[in-house]
Amino acid sequence: MSWRERFEAPVAGVAGSKATNWVRAAAARITTPLLPDDYLHLLNPLWSARELRGKVVAVTPVTADSATIVIEPGWGFSFDYHPGQYIGIGVLVEGRWTWRSYSLTSEPAGSAAERTVAITVKAMPEGFLSSHLVNGLKPGTVVRLAAPAGEFVLPDPPPAKLLFATAGSGVTPIISMLRTMARRGGRVDAVLVHSAPDEDSVLFVDELRRFAADGLIDLRLRLTGVDGRLDAASLDELVPDWGDRQTWACGPGGFIDMLGGMFDDRGIRSRLHVERFALERGAAGAQGGTVTFGRGGKKIEADGAQTLLEAGEEAGVLMPFGCRMGICQSCVVMLDKGCVRDLRTGVEHVEGERVQTCVTAAAGDCTLDV
Amino acid sequence: MAIADIPEYAHLTGADVEALGAELDAIRADIEADRGERDARYLRNTIRLQRGLEFTGRMLTMGASRRSLWWAGAGTLGVAKIIENMELGHNVMHGQWDWMNDPEVHSTSWEWDNTGPSAHWKHTHNYIHHKYTNVLGMDDDVGYGLLRVTRDQRWRPFYLGNIAYNTLLAVFFEYGVAAQHLELGKKRKTPEAKAALKRDLADVGRKIGRQVGKDYVLAPAISGVLNRSSRAARKTAGANLLANVIRNLWTNAVIFCGHFPDGAEKFTKADMDNETQGQWYLRQMLGSANFRCGPTLAFMSGNLSYQIEHHLFPDLPSNRLAEISVRVRALCEKYDLPYTTGSFPVQYAKSWRTIAKLSLPNKYLKDTADDAPETASERRFRADGEPRLVSSVDQRTGRRRGLKSAIADNRERRRERASA
Ligand code: FES
Repeated sequence: MSWRERFEAPVAGVAGSKATNWVRAAAARITTPLLPDDYLHLLNPLWSARELRGKVVAVTPVTADSATIVIEPGWGFSFDYHPGQYIGIGVLVEGRWTWRSYSLTSEPAGSAAERTVAITVKAMPEGFLSSHLVNGLKPGTVVRLAAPAGEFVLPDPPPAKLLFATAGSGVTPIISMLRTMARRGGRVDAVLVHSAPDEDSVLFVDELRRFAADGLIDLRLRLTGVDGRLDAASLDELVPDWGDRQTWACGPGGFIDMLGGMFDDRGIRSRLHVERFALERGAAGAQGGTVTFGRGGKKIEADGAQTLLEAGEEAGVLMPFGCRMGICQSCVVMLDKGCVRDLRTGVEHVEGERVQTCVTAAAGDCTLDV
Repeated sequence: MAIADIPEYAHLTGADVEALGAELDAIRADIEADRGERDARYLRNTIRLQRGLEFTGRMLTMGASRRSLWWAGAGTLGVAKIIENMELGHNVMHGQWDWMNDPEVHSTSWEWDNTGPSAHWKHTHNYIHHKYTNVLGMDDDVGYGLLRVTRDQRWRPFYLGNIAYNTLLAVFFEYGVAAQHLELGKKRKTPEAKAALKRDLADVGRKIGRQVGKDYVLAPAISGVLNRSSRAARKTAGANLLANVIRNLWTNAVIFCGHFPDGAEKFTKADMDNETQGQWYLRQMLGSANFRCGPTLAFMSGNLSYQIEHHLFPDLPSNRLAEISVRVRALCEKYDLPYTTGSFPVQYAKSWRTIAKLSLPNKYLKDTADDAPETASERRFRADGEPRLVSSVDQRTGRRRGLKSAIADNRERRRERASA
């Protein structure tokens, strides 16, 4: 190890600029095994780059059941995200940090100027956290953040012929793209097909109409309450030349599958870029599923009784373990996607939680960080 | 001999043990369902208190060239380190607070203010000690590879120094913790084992380096510069040393009270492989010992005054052990099992007494390995030629007769024999 790596060791994995991390590493010699941030965040919760945090500055209703949440991130947050990316947000509910991912609806340049980011959340009927975010979140609340991530982004400059296909709150990653395109000023041939039950439930409806009036997009709203569901035939009708367009699509699973089928049939799947909604819960009561081991990409089918530890070992993954009976925490890994169930208590754990693989089993498809 | 047949020793049938296990599972489920905001607040307040004490202690020791500040600083820092190791480090690393899903207070990420790296300790303690509690030859906490704490360990002349070793272990306990994972007594033959040892040694070395650097180099240097005196630097280093020793003596005492007082049983490897959850619970109950405490003593011991409850539910939040103990005691009543407890000084003295006694070879000791205060076996109840112990229910009172009554009867018989 070089002297430099040794010096930086305490701050490995801490967000922040090189200079501040050197200060941090120096100070950590006296605060070891903690970082200075561990003391500072007791004074101000935002003064820590060890774990990203943010403060809610505004919660503004968008429709009857959705709101835009503006967050001022603390130390270590980088504003150079791309429109279309999402962030992880952790909210304290009854003593627990509950995590979900939401698309950023703010536009990067504006974010950097105002030092805030925004997400827009729609309260889902079964969605315990989303309802809390829309209806129960007070300005001033401290939340945790995970750095912006995701491949669902527009290239710069955008392709000459574009289609955005969205349904419900699937418009949220697109609005950030549109705002960025509007700010940059260039014009391309862009069509937005958006499907929602009725006019009142269309997120950002005024802004979308303004973009249409300005010629940024060709807006084709599909109100399913009146016009029926958007299917392959109706899309053909709405956008006859969809096959010529690079397409960005976001919406519920069925919607994405329908589009995938259309692009597959024409053999142009590479033109379709998709983002699915993260499920708020595993399909309720599901038993077993495909377990993916994220780092090596190995997969295995597991039933609802086989522990994730056994499943991993069967798939040939080097799983960490100790007691194999749920008491030592040697086997704890991050659940990156999906839902698992504790075999002792039946409690479900969802993405963003660390789980004991020796006493949990798959409750639907899931991905583990091993 | 230590206990080989746990249900028989406890006078319980297989069905009894399973029923006991189910009752304990129900306690766990109740606590898990009830965990919430109140518990999270307790933890956050503990962290704030600890950080505040640590900061205050550090500030005071910067003025350690004044005698009063020297003592105040060392004492405050010692208390801060105790809380950090016990109520925070030990309990967080057990996963007691993992349910909060807080990345900063999580068993996978916590590093404690101790020379033993967290990762090593989680292996030796959370896994080996908690799974194989008091099983001779499996649980390294039995004697820490240094002391003779049960008659089942063969006497060697080395053990004449039992008391001296225990004193040294107590004073430098953090280094004992650091060394435990290395299993230095073990021969390593394969290249992998040698490489693993090298890695572990490097980890321990780094951790000790950081801890020593902080307490004995950097803090004194800062003090020396602030006070423009090298004497101040020396005094600060001295105060830090005292703080560490205070913490070592205290944590060692608390831990020894957990498994070494009279009545905390040892077990053999027999049947370990197909042990049921119920039998495991039973072993934890028989192998651990509590001491009586008020809220302050409980807090300063990291709630390990409730060692029995902690061993039954190592990953349930420490602040709930007091209420759990009420229910566990009731179960002990119901199944007529002993619930080993006593005052803190008495429990600690008993563990020293055993260590003192066992520095001698068995021929100088009165009790047999089957019926000694620190270790007993199912054979202790066969002295009268009874073939096997069976679970029974008193016809008259309807009470179950089990281990607790049997021990009392035994004592009675002995007393009679002695007076005859
Ligand atoms: S292996 Fe010990 S808790 Fe999972």
